[in-house]
Amino acid sequence: MTKALITKVESVGMWTYQSIERVGFALRLFWDSFYWLIVGRRYKQKLRLRQVVEQIRVNGFDALPIVMALSFVVGMMLSIQLLYALSDFGAQSQVLLAIAKSVTREFSPLITGIIVAGRSGAAIAARIGSQVVSQEIDALKVIGIVPVRYLVLPPLLGLIVSMPLLVICADVLAIFGGAIFSVIDLNMSISAYMVESFNVLVVGDIMQGLVKSVVFGVIIVLVGATTGFHVTGGAEGVGKATTTAVVISISFIVLADMIASYFLTQ
Amino acid sequence: MSSAKNKQQPESKTVIEVNDLVTHYGQRKILDGVNLNIKKGEIRVIMGGSGSGKSTLLWHILGLYQPTRGQIKLLGNDIHTMSFNDQLKLKQDIGVSFQSGALFSSMTVGDNVALPLREFTDLDENTIRIISRMKLEVVNLGGFHKLMPSQLSGGMTKRAALARSIVLDPKLLFFDEPSAGLDPVVASEIDDLILSLRDTMGMSMVVVTHELDSAFKIADKITVLDKGKNLMTGTVEEINKSDNKRVMDLLQRRSRHDKLNPSEYLRRLTQENYTLS
Amino acid sequence: MTEFIRFEKTELLTTIYVTGEVDLSNSAELRKTILGALKTTPTVKVDLADVEYIDSSGIAAMVEGLQFANSNARFFGISNPSTQVRSILELARLDQVFDID
Repeated sequence: MTKALITKVESVGMWTYQSIERVGFALRLFWDSFYWLIVGRRYKQKLRLRQVVEQIRVNGFDALPIVMALSFVVGMMLSIQLLYALSDFGAQSQVLLAIAKSVTREFSPLITGIIVAGRSGAAIAARIGSQVVSQEIDALKVIGIVPVRYLVLPPLLGLIVSMPLLVICADVLAIFGGAIFSVIDLNMSISAYMVESFNVLVVGDIMQGLVKSVVFGVIIVLVGATTGFHVTGGAEGVGKATTTAVVISISFIVLADMIASYFLTQ
Repeated sequence: MSSAKNKQQPESKTVIEVNDLVTHYGQRKILDGVNLNIKKGEIRVIMGGSGSGKSTLLWHILGLYQPTRGQIKLLGNDIHTMSFNDQLKLKQDIGVSFQSGALFSSMTVGDNVALPLREFTDLDENTIRIISRMKLEVVNLGGFHKLMPSQLSGGMTKRAALARSIVLDPKLLFFDEPSAGLDPVVASEIDDLILSLRDTMGMSMVVVTHELDSAFKIADKITVLDKGKNLMTGTVEEINKSDNKRVMDLLQRRSRHDKLNPSEYLRRLTQENYTLS
Repeated sequence: MTEFIRFEKTELLTTIYVTGEVDLSNSAELRKTILGALKTTPTVKVDLADVEYIDSSGIAAMVEGLQFANSNARFFGISNPSTQVRSILELARLDQVFDID
């Protein structure tokens, strides 16, 4: 009985230790990425622009359809709920404002973050993980290519660029989705609704979404890469790492979202 | 300098030097004071049973792991005290052929071979293409540059990896189990390639293997490791003639017939929580 | 260093004499010289008698010369390769491609 308890405590301790180590590893990756971005040229570790463009295409452009579709649906869903809730107070006219603000500040970055975590976070973890297993990372090292510069920096820059762009598309589509459903109740044309939505938004609203999305992008890459680099145990390990990467990055995204919302909404 | 036939050069110099290398994995000692001294143009085979530390030794020489203690010198440079740029320069003189090949699965075979050239030389793209395809010709993979690594067989993967490792004309070449998992014909092709690369380019090589046939065919000298220690170093004849019991075990693969401790053996089979002591 | 490449030129033939070691640091120069010579004279020969070492980029420069010569109805050849150079050519079976004398 006590032995089982000790084992439990031990495993909690190990787990905590490991988690802290991983967070440290992730922060190190972040630091190293920008270190190599800045000094890389001097050490023959030049970042290839082609790699970054490729990452923007794979992680950004290819995610566009699903991000747009889901934000459209969420926009509609919001308008349904808000019309219902606000009609009790006879405040339907505020639906437009509520949707515009909540979408740009909260829903777009969150939806985009979760989708990209599922797509790119998993992909990065799987890619790096399988490269660890197949000794490709070691091969990079002995050839003289710093793995972080080659494997982490390109997706990091790729997501830092493409996340805000995705969020802007998500903003437009979510407001449009809201418009489709609300215009009848509000007795407006869709175009008037859209124009009015953008009128009620201030720069701060849009910026809050964009800043969050960049943070989410960084989280996705760092979590994906960290779990990838720690893969052990062959193909099965790669599979596990993929799942772990998605779960952990979504958790961190929600946490970061909460913190960011608190500080950015003062 | 006048000839690449430095096989029998009398004044051949040391290109790889390992002094008193000790390393641990957790509490376990993997390498326990290993020494190596490899001359220019030499093919040194490192043998040993599994767990002898032969692969670990290779990773240390390549700088992938940090030892607890000990010195490693490649081409006269202490790899642990070099600056990053010097290390990078040294890496251009080193080729490594991994057991699994370790080709980058996201790029074609041709791009794999060309990668070191693209990263570290200012050569014209035409020249890079010619060099990388020339190397594929050397390993008998001419015309295969457009295939993806996943489309290659085991033997082809190893040859493609060899092509990548020699693309910068390195002075040192390292092999981890070059013929493991290959059928005898393909394995002996790889051995022939290793020999002809040494004879034409004068490369020095370290080959970690447990395949006896291959070891005896290519080795100038064989170093036998046992439990992280140098057991014996000598020419093929010397190793063959050795009356050291562990060496003989290794040669005849009799290690399973070590004297058995019956009670220990029984515990191994029956105890629920048995762990290796 | 200055003596790395020397050439003799007549109206029909350029002979390029290469001395010392050809490696990544100077193969681009050899390449330029070969391609330049092929543009001005119909026949170009590279004399390798004094070459102590040639790396892949040096060989590639000559392959490119040969390719240029063949596609422009010109002639490119190698003369006096040392045993080392010859064995490197043989390794990639280029001895069967180049015109060697």
